[in-house]
Amino acid sequence: MSDMTIRDASNPRRETASDQSQQYSTFFVDNLFFGIQVLKVQEVLRYLEMTSVPLAPDVIEGLINLRGQIVTAVDMRRRLSLPKRGEGQTPMNMVVRSEEGAVSLLVDEIGDVLEVPPESYEPPPDNMPREQRELIEGVYKLEGRLLLVLNAERVLQTQVCN
Amino acid sequence: MEDQDIINEFLIESNENLTRLEQEIVELEQRPRDPALLASIFRTIHSIKGTCGFLAFTTLERVTHVAENILSQLRNGERNLTPALTSLILETMDAIKKELASIEATSKESGEVYEDLRRRLTLTCNEIQSGAKATPATASTEEQTAPEPAASVESASPSDSLHGVEAEEPASGAQPMGSSTEPERSASPKTGSIADSTIRVDVSLLDKLMNLVGELVLARNQILQFNSRQDDTGLNGTAQRLNLITTQLQEGVMKTRMQPIGVVWNKLPRVVRDLAASCGKQIQLDMDGAETELDKSIIEAIKDPLTHIVRNCCDHGIELPARRTKNGKPAQGRLLLRAYHEGGQVNIEITDDGAGIDAARVKQKAVEKGLLRPEQAERLSEREAVNLVFLPGFSTAEKVTSISGRGVGMDVVKTNIEKIGGVVDLSSRTGEGTTVKIKIPLTLAIIPGLVVNSGGERFIIPQVSLLELLRLEGEAGKKQIERIHGTPVYRRRGSLLPVAYLNEVLHLPATSADSEVLNIVVLQAEDRQFGLVVDAINDTQEIVVKPLGKQLKGLTSYAGATIMGDGKVALILDVLGIGQRSGVLSESRDQAHADSARNEVSHQERQTFLLFRAGKFERLAVPLSLVARLEEFPAARIEHAGGKAVVQYREQILHLTSLPAELQNGQSSAEHLADPAQVIVFSDGDRMAGLMVDQILDIHDESIHIGKKSDRPGLSGSAVIGGKVTDFLDLPAILAAGDQSWSTQGSAASWTRTAVLVADGRAFSRGLVRNYLELAGHPVLEAIDQPDALEKLDRNDIAAVVTSRSLPSGGGKQLVEQMRKRPGMERIPVVALCDLKEELGTQDTSPFDACVERFDRIGLLDSLKQLSAALEEKDALRAVPELAGDRR
Repeated sequence: MSDMTIRDASNPRRETASDQSQQYSTFFVDNLFFGIQVLKVQEVLRYLEMTSVPLAPDVIEGLINLRGQIVTAVDMRRRLSLPKRGEGQTPMNMVVRSEEGAVSLLVDEIGDVLEVPPESYEPPPDNMPREQRELIEGVYKLEGRLLLVLNAERVLQTQVCN
Repeated sequence: MEDQDIINEFLIESNENLTRLEQEIVELEQRPRDPALLASIFRTIHSIKGTCGFLAFTTLERVTHVAENILSQLRNGERNLTPALTSLILETMDAIKKELASIEATSKESGEVYEDLRRRLTLTCNEIQSGAKATPATASTEEQTAPEPAASVESASPSDSLHGVEAEEPASGAQPMGSSTEPERSASPKTGSIADSTIRVDVSLLDKLMNLVGELVLARNQILQFNSRQDDTGLNGTAQRLNLITTQLQEGVMKTRMQPIGVVWNKLPRVVRDLAASCGKQIQLDMDGAETELDKSIIEAIKDPLTHIVRNCCDHGIELPARRTKNGKPAQGRLLLRAYHEGGQVNIEITDDGAGIDAARVKQKAVEKGLLRPEQAERLSEREAVNLVFLPGFSTAEKVTSISGRGVGMDVVKTNIEKIGGVVDLSSRTGEGTTVKIKIPLTLAIIPGLVVNSGGERFIIPQVSLLELLRLEGEAGKKQIERIHGTPVYRRRGSLLPVAYLNEVLHLPATSADSEVLNIVVLQAEDRQFGLVVDAINDTQEIVVKPLGKQLKGLTSYAGATIMGDGKVALILDVLGIGQRSGVLSESRDQAHADSARNEVSHQERQTFLLFRAGKFERLAVPLSLVARLEEFPAARIEHAGGKAVVQYREQILHLTSLPAELQNGQSSAEHLADPAQVIVFSDGDRMAGLMVDQILDIHDESIHIGKKSDRPGLSGSAVIGGKVTDFLDLPAILAAGDQSWSTQGSAASWTRTAVLVADGRAFSRGLVRNYLELAGHPVLEAIDQPDALEKLDRNDIAAVVTSRSLPSGGGKQLVEQMRKRPGMERIPVVALCDLKEELGTQDTSPFDACVERFDRIGLLDSLKQLSAALEEKDALRAVPELAGDRR
């Protein structure tokens, strides 16, 4: 982490929105390939037991005990309006930092941390379903596949009011 | 940096000293000759002065120096303590405080020289010094001052490290903070022993420790659970030890955060003294249980509410000395603060022996301020009435003083105390005094909770809200849950307890409905109780409350979450939120609303009547809502047009009908009428009609049960109003007889008890429709949304419903569908109000019985009349009273 900050400081060009950090922690949800800026990710964990929260919105899968800290788990499949996870398929926890403490994103599979070339960046295509496009900042055209950059702040905006 | 440290030390010590000094000086007023007390005061102020000199805070030194001289005179018995002198010393103390604050903020003195204060101090001091035996005092002080100005202090860097420090207090026992009767510790060296046994710790460090212990407790719970599945004696022993140590550690760390309530109370003697002086009252403040310990965060939270209550007691509670002696009480009022532990909670009582709260005046005030309706006020018990002072916007003080009476305060006190999970209650006996009782939890971070299961999930109910646990066994037990229109209730010791099923409230699946037992947790939220049915009740546990994430903050059903012994997360229920969600508490949002709901039926039947006399009818009545004005016309102004009596009234011709004549078939004549003529003016839109009567008697508010119907033309029936039999006028018939134009609409009804429910979300439209209907003689009930409408239909005998198509919570359509499903409601005609005339033609009226335009008065009344007539034809057995009883 300190490594990154030093590099950032030495290179003032890296300040525009799309290329603040070129390192992405990647994961899969329903065969889509997503990435989150690596600095925003606190840790990656295998599936943990969860306590469901009655009356909470659909996307909130439950609460997990992360070493004594209570963390809300958001199911990325439901958040992105994707089909349900298959039977017996346990999700992984991608714990991201947010202003209000850590939140866990439930994803299908964890990928590598990738360093991507800035010139391959493009805004999300217009023909993407609206629910998904809202949550996606942009796309990196990588060799053989596309990396969708997730807007973590927007993903976590699922407040309830009752 | 070292200089800064010295200054910080000085500030902390001086602030502590000052707090104690204030208390001691107030005590000194009561025991002016107590040498130990005097010595202690002198010592304290001297040590402040000494340090000031050392640190080169010259202003501070000068001010304290003169004060010290005066105290020295006191100590040597050269002068007596007078109230004026006390005030002067206290004023000096304020000046010192101000300087200390300035030093804390800027490392410098404020620059103010306190010329006036010093002059007055010197003057007071010299009064004695100029006298005979002045010299020893000055000599002794001079010798003790030892000013040793240290250099380079002023250049110290600005202090900001003090914020955390200032709030902290030494461990209990470091200060004599007991009641005023506690003997002062005798002249021991001031700092020595205390400094050796206490150290100062930053509060944030304590908070951190507290959190860590919370984690440790959870880890311990997990290990114990794990251990119970193992068969390893070594592990077993270690686990037991861990358990023991953790518990002790938890207690120890909790204690570090505990502070005696005396920390807050210390400031009160000064407050009371100043208040008493400014109001010209004599008040003695006694404290009992100052050593009672509370969590620091709670101490902080109750500081302001407590001060406010004490101020209130002094200002409103305790009377002026003259008044007190007149009432046979000692001239000096007494204020007692008491704190004690009870059942894991701390109780604080503030009792005064003042005038008490006049329940009648409180009620009257509440009615005047529109917080309560008069008839609600009547029903309140004395205890309920005095607790009205906690309503927002309430103050009974005749005049606003600088101390209190602005109507903000007691409600804030209540909310602040409730915020920390406390309860406040007020009881009062007129003439004898008032007691405010506050119950607060010991700590907020770790609370005892009851673990329950429902719908396959585990939940925790905070023990504070818990009243009792009920266990109903077998089939017989289940039958004890009765239902009132689908609402489950349980008879608990003779009164009905509303019951909710936790799994239903949280939309969880019901688990094994055939289980043998029914567990009810009886809970208290605000001042109401309800039962919560759960699947299983487990044990109670100490739990560490953790907040929920942002995504779940909006859920009112949960107060937080915790980690259980097995490492899983469990949700903590918010009892108030659950109660409101399940509907058992929906009426309790405010006192007034709750009362109105309770008294709904009787209230709605009440109507205001105008009573008058005409001819041989001694007591006649019309609903006041129909009357536009009461007028007197001199006989000379009454003219005749077309054979009828008329009068020029507001640039119109007002037709007058002589009521005696009408009722007696013209036998009576105008001569019998009084001069000037008493006229009741009825108005209906732009038409007006006058009714001449002999005498207006009274206006009466009564709930009526019509005794018998009348077959006499012009009268609709009789009932008892104000204890006397009264005839009801069939107003439409009378007016139509006097003025033909009145009869053309033919829709006005006789006074019959055919209540109409108007369901509309918009208050304006509702009011307008209500007006139409009342003018036509129907008692009207209003409902603001669909559940409200159904509830009112349930509680009252309603003959017809007028609903807006766009009724909140489901719309008018759904209301009808609901009504058709419910026994007793399925046949009530429903008229829908449409916003536009166009809708009428195009839209299918079903499921409504009829549709009319929103503001089409005649159409509405006609529809109602037709519908009720049709209904009567269909079902003669169901006695729907005629809705629009045109008698002609």
